[in-house]
Amino acid sequence: MDRLIVRKDTYLDSVFLMSISADLGRMDGVQLGQVVLATPANRQLLTGMGFEASTLDSLAPTDLVVALRAADAVVLDAAEKKLAELLARRATSQATEGPRPLGLEGGLQALPGANLALISVPGEYAAYEARKALNAGMHVMVFSDNVSVEDEIALKQEAVRRGRLLMGPDCGTAIVQGVMLGFANKVRRGPIGVVGASGTGTQEVTCLVEKAGFGISQAIGTGGRDLSEKVGALTTLFAIDMLARDPNTKVIVVISKPPAKPVADKVLEALAKAPKPSVVHFVGSNRSDSERSIHFAPDLESAARKAVELAGGKSAPSANPDPALVARERKAMAPQQKWLRGLFTGGTMAAEALAFLRAAGWKIQSNLDHGAAAQSARGHEIIDLGDDEFTRGRPHPMIEPAPRVETLMREAEDPAVGVVLLDVVLGNGSHEDPAGAMIPAIEHARKRARERGGYLPVIASVTGTDGDFQGLARSTAALERAGVVVVGSNIQAARVARAILEEAAHG
Amino acid sequence: MADLFPSELAVINLGLPAFGQDIARQGAAVSSPEWRPPAGGDPATVAALTRMLAWPEAKRQRVAEANREAGKRLVAAQPVAVAVGRALDLVPGMTRKHVLHAGPPLTWERMCGPVRGAVIGGLLFEGLAKTREEAEKLAASGEITFDPCHHHQAVGPMAGIVTASMPVWEIENRAFGNKAYCTLNEGLGKVLRYGAFSQEVIDRLAWMRDELGPALQAAMKSHGPLDMRTLIAQALQMGDEGHNRNRAATSLVIRALGPHLVESDLPKAVVAKVLRFIDGNDHFFLNLSMPSSKAATDAIADIPWSTLIATQARNGTDFGIRLAGLPGRWFTGPATMVDGLYLPGFKAEDAAPDIGDSVITETAGIGGFAMAAAPAIVRFVGGSASDALRFTQQMYEITETENSAYAIPALDFRGTPTGIDVRKVVEKGILPVVNTGIAHKEPGIGMVGAGLVKPPVSAYRNALQAFVETYADK
Repeated sequence: MDRLIVRKDTYLDSVFLMSISADLGRMDGVQLGQVVLATPANRQLLTGMGFEASTLDSLAPTDLVVALRAADAVVLDAAEKKLAELLARRATSQATEGPRPLGLEGGLQALPGANLALISVPGEYAAYEARKALNAGMHVMVFSDNVSVEDEIALKQEAVRRGRLLMGPDCGTAIVQGVMLGFANKVRRGPIGVVGASGTGTQEVTCLVEKAGFGISQAIGTGGRDLSEKVGALTTLFAIDMLARDPNTKVIVVISKPPAKPVADKVLEALAKAPKPSVVHFVGSNRSDSERSIHFAPDLESAARKAVELAGGKSAPSANPDPALVARERKAMAPQQKWLRGLFTGGTMAAEALAFLRAAGWKIQSNLDHGAAAQSARGHEIIDLGDDEFTRGRPHPMIEPAPRVETLMREAEDPAVGVVLLDVVLGNGSHEDPAGAMIPAIEHARKRARERGGYLPVIASVTGTDGDFQGLARSTAALERAGVVVVGSNIQAARVARAILEEAAHG
Repeated sequence: MADLFPSELAVINLGLPAFGQDIARQGAAVSSPEWRPPAGGDPATVAALTRMLAWPEAKRQRVAEANREAGKRLVAAQPVAVAVGRALDLVPGMTRKHVLHAGPPLTWERMCGPVRGAVIGGLLFEGLAKTREEAEKLAASGEITFDPCHHHQAVGPMAGIVTASMPVWEIENRAFGNKAYCTLNEGLGKVLRYGAFSQEVIDRLAWMRDELGPALQAAMKSHGPLDMRTLIAQALQMGDEGHNRNRAATSLVIRALGPHLVESDLPKAVVAKVLRFIDGNDHFFLNLSMPSSKAATDAIADIPWSTLIATQARNGTDFGIRLAGLPGRWFTGPATMVDGLYLPGFKAEDAAPDIGDSVITETAGIGGFAMAAAPAIVRFVGGSASDALRFTQQMYEITETENSAYAIPALDFRGTPTGIDVRKVVEKGILPVVNTGIAHKEPGIGMVGAGLVKPPVSAYRNALQAFVETYADK
């Protein structure tokens, strides 16, 4: 039985709506509970799910629509009541906070000296708001995704013309003047400036710099498309120039997917011209040579180490897997436990592990290979749970661990799974306890393996610092108590996983 | 360098509230304003607004300057009533085969009940048809030219029908020299403008043509030009808003013209009948406030680069607007049902969709925009006196300027919000407040209520999109 409830002209932010959807979905007997704004895409989604098109077609993108499906009207009534409570709670909290200023103009009246706009509105409105912010003379960080590449180029050209920094679109991570914006970790200030086209890549590098006792001057996000041929690295080049002139920055680190040659050449040229050394890591490339003042790093950890070294620090070489640990972990595995399951919340973490293991000759299926046909027989798999196929209508797995928990619960029933490889990303923006949220599923999967006469190694790295509100030490300890092998970086975790499965295959 | 990395970061967080809380926890300055999708979230309109924001500074300045100029002209307007005469003699382009109607262009086939009824009445009145059937046949034959009043420097309330021998007011905008025309108000009940065409309606029109028109013409000749700006300004301080409440202004007209009527050569009985007729119709002045507003807004009918609205009008089928920067182009949406209260014995099902040129008053900065001056009528639209203040105050959000000639006592004599900017309307999602009467959907029954219009937002969005497209490459 279906029910559609409409509230005209009720705009609420998507994260709040997703949390309500989740609450409704958890109710007994509710088969489906979606609370969304009636954007064309959402209307299509609901029509596709079989909800009444004629009702949906008449709605505007500012209307709230609740789609409920349950076996009977009693459950639907209960869900509708619950919905009213959830929405009312929000209304009460807003009432006690008093009226808020409206829009960018209202914000500027409330905070006249504002110099940066952080924009996380739905993608179709992000270019409009970013334009207004640029016209008001502000720097801009566009967290929103789903902004067209044409809009991205036009915005970035305008920003360059105005001498303003435009981070994004789809920029998740930045640290500007010591202030964490979006998904970022608490690190001390220091001599290393980071320019990252990838959010989790930037998080991993800044956290490893912090662990080595050094700090970050600025961490600038560019958005994933900045180094594409079309966009031509407009923000990356602007950021390199800023950091080159910034007296507090001694070393520049650039992290990106491997760009097209002409774009790479431009970026490298800018770095070579900067009066300070730089480190470049192209995710997926294992280049480790140096040219002019530029040092290539083959992985995120190496990039952090090299930057620390160039800033005058010393860092021990990266740890190789401890043979005793590998032996201990593989000892009780059953012979049929052959395959890796890499379940990642950070796209760059997944890409790093994938590149490393493929370079070692592994055949791996991954949703990072968009468009590749799925194989019928399952082998090694690396899954980016932050990919659109998992996030449509629900929050990113760094915020909402449920999709990864569900995936691991399913994998627990597969006797061929040999090693589970995880990333755990702490910091602002992330879930309040990403490690703890995984532990019941980890314990269940390990128990199921034991019941089948095997043993399931779970290898993880934690991207975070002790300054993060979730706590690096606390998160690590909780994972270790659950039997997880926690190592110092994402690349180290991939190495341990490789060692265990290769030894198992040979042994 | 200080410019690129500001010494202290101060952030405006638009979107997810959690990001703002995170920044505040770090001790940095942050404001997290409430955010709603611009333009009601309509993708094509947001794209147009975004394009406009991306225009070079010089180009955006041209728009601002054009709007300033248009606003100035509206405020500078000096509408003066100069004469009463026959439509055929005064209204430009008028012929015996013309029937003018309210709103944007409309064919006989698409006319709603009240407009059809009024057309029939007009043809009967002109003697072009003898019966309803004959009139309908003639109307459908193509022999009659249907034209919007607005295409002939005229305006008409409700159905807005103007035919050749009807008497009309002539208003001159002394600041710019342009003229505007409007018929004389027939009163309430069974009247042509609500679609009635019974013998009593035709007889009254004949009396207006034969006695009322000439009497007013004589009085005007004797009195000389009647300054509408001063009269409207006074009326606003006496509880009128110039659209739905015209009681004060009507009284002021009697005061001005009464002695001249009495002194004229007209028979005493005619003078008495004329004065009683005006006194019996609180809306007599509407047909002066409308052409006064038309004379003011026509001065901005063609101002390149301006996004101000020069015309709003409806015909019971379509609601249409024209922009100062896009002369000659109508942007329409479906006429909507009026949100209001009904006279005893009538209900919402009886109502015709929104109709009439009277929304020209709001376009010029009075009517609904001056609601704060007329708390007495808010009850008609189901509100309280504080709503009246709120309506006017909200209109400052979508207007270019204020008209200090029209001062509102309750707002400390602040001028009425004047010059509707289509861009602000669309961007902020605030539609103009429009007061109106409600016509019965069947011809000939008349007024059944009054209330507030909900203009179709599509007309405003389409106009803005067309503006951006037109000026994109200029």
